Amino acid sequence: MALTTIGSASEATVRARVERAITGRRSDAGGRVFETALIACLLLSLAVLGLLVYQVLGNGLTVFGDRGADFLDTGLASSPARAGVAQGIIGSFWIAMSVVVLALPLGIGAAIYLEEYAPLNRLTSFIALNIRNLAGVPSIVYGLLGLAIFVEALNGFSGNEGVNRRTLAAAGVTIAVLVLPVVIITTQEAIRAVPVALREGAYGVGATKWEVIRSQVLPYAAPGILTGALLSIARAVGEAAPLIVVGAATGLLGRSPGLSAGSLIDIENLTSRFTALPTIVSTWSKLPDEEFRVNLSAATIITMLVFVLFLNSIAIVLRNRFEKKRSA
Amino acid sequence: MTEPTATPTAGRTIAPRTTAPAPEPLAAPSAAPGPVDAAALPVVFEVRDLSVYYGTFRAVREVTLDIRQHEITAFIGPSGCGKTTVLRCFDRMNDLIPGARPEGTLNYHGVPLYGPKVDPVEVRRRIGMVFQKPNPFPKSIFDNVAYGPRLFGTRKKAQLDTVVEESLTKAALWDEVKDRLKESAMGLSGGQQQRLCIARAVATKPEVLLMDEPCSALDPIATARIEDLMQEIKTEFTIVIVTHNMQQAARVSDATAFYSTDVNPESDRRTGVLVEFDRTETIFSNPSDERTENYITGRFG
Repeated sequence: MALTTIGSASEATVRARVERAITGRRSDAGGRVFETALIACLLLSLAVLGLLVYQVLGNGLTVFGDRGADFLDTGLASSPARAGVAQGIIGSFWIAMSVVVLALPLGIGAAIYLEEYAPLNRLTSFIALNIRNLAGVPSIVYGLLGLAIFVEALNGFSGNEGVNRRTLAAAGVTIAVLVLPVVIITTQEAIRAVPVALREGAYGVGATKWEVIRSQVLPYAAPGILTGALLSIARAVGEAAPLIVVGAATGLLGRSPGLSAGSLIDIENLTSRFTALPTIVSTWSKLPDEEFRVNLSAATIITMLVFVLFLNSIAIVLRNRFEKKRSA
Repeated sequence: MTEPTATPTAGRTIAPRTTAPAPEPLAAPSAAPGPVDAAALPVVFEVRDLSVYYGTFRAVREVTLDIRQHEITAFIGPSGCGKTTVLRCFDRMNDLIPGARPEGTLNYHGVPLYGPKVDPVEVRRRIGMVFQKPNPFPKSIFDNVAYGPRLFGTRKKAQLDTVVEESLTKAALWDEVKDRLKESAMGLSGGQQQRLCIARAVATKPEVLLMDEPCSALDPIATARIEDLMQEIKTEFTIVIVTHNMQQAARVSDATAFYSTDVNPESDRRTGVLVEFDRTETIFSNPSDERTENYITGRFG
């Protein structure tokens, strides 16, 4: 309107009219309410997290203050003054390792097969559907599977009898199976996100299928695959329920070997009874003794958090390296 | 049309190919219908009654034409007329699409391209492809060009250096990137990326270069550079180019195939057909089919 009347209106009038029209802002009340709600969500979840961390640190750091590394170096004991998590660290370390050694190669391999090689037929989609379902199965069910097969039928991958069949190896394999579907699904998603143009470019210069997968698909999908690996390791270290079913020790567990590089990587661990950090938390937090229930549990949680953060940081560094390569 | 930097300079004259394993000339091409005045040039692709199906859907039917050596053949026509589908048969790129299936005769130097023992990987090594959207790999400029030669066993740095320089020179990109070969190819402009893709395609010393609308994502200056480039390298390669741009076809090509679509009145599905194939000047000055004339004069499509 304003512009069509330029002829009759003075230049200054037009300018003022246009300025009025294009400055100022249409009220965006809905948007502002939404934004505020989102910020509230963020703050609320951060507040809960902050409260948890504050509590845990408050209760747990006293243990480290009083006993220092001794807490990490001693084993399960009935007196809170002597109890430590050395055996839990060893158990959780091996469980994480079994995920790295078993679940990651198997899962990534299965996903590559499903995405790149498997024929598009009913069997393949049936399998893919079931992998998705498996990812939603409660972890305690995997614990029962581990108890029935890896402990009872396979003697915990050892020649042991009776209760000694509840080995760390059985627990590790159980947890590896537990996270396998997650590894497969995240890897599949990462592979699907590789642009078709990239594949065509490689095929176009005469690459074979394997060469395309190796030189284009996997490097491009690597950050996504590593994210899946990271999630699955974190989950493996945090799971308590299936380990309790498989038979993690909760009260006492022989004499602690202490925590050292030697005791950590000792392969004998695999065929012995075990415990892990989350099962220790679960046990101690139920004890009547307040020192166990409050302080030692919190200290174990801190240990577990540091442990998971350490593993994750490795994966994050690797992921960033691949991501940088991809977009540089 | 030609901006100053696009003219060849002394720095990037094209060296004659000496090291390339020239494809052995196979049996003399059979006498084929088609453009008469080019009959002296050997036939690279002999296409007879070629139809391509996607599942049960016939995307294009009964294409018959000859692609001749060291010529630029243009495929023009409206969207959905099957130009790209036919082009992607020439390097068996359609194999990547589940359900895609050609029928009819498609011979490469007399050898059936879809013969049972033919390895598509070997085919693609001899028949390079440049895609519609520049698709450099997320690697360095050097690694992009060296990708093909490395696949085929060239490992020595000196040899790779030579191939990379040769290929980038052919693609008229060498002068612009010679000081930053180690930098990521993703940092190049769209036109540079497309020329990099051409360099990548010629690095394996193919006989044929298939170009699927190589300039559709580029500005006129970058387009002019690539058109000049095509003229320069056609002494070495046989080029087939799909283009939406009729002026481009008229400017660069020796022979032109005009495709159109037939609508099936019952199923309402469109099938691509080859309307006319002839020398480019004939297609644009004196087409024999009315549909061609309508298309090139802008009355349809």
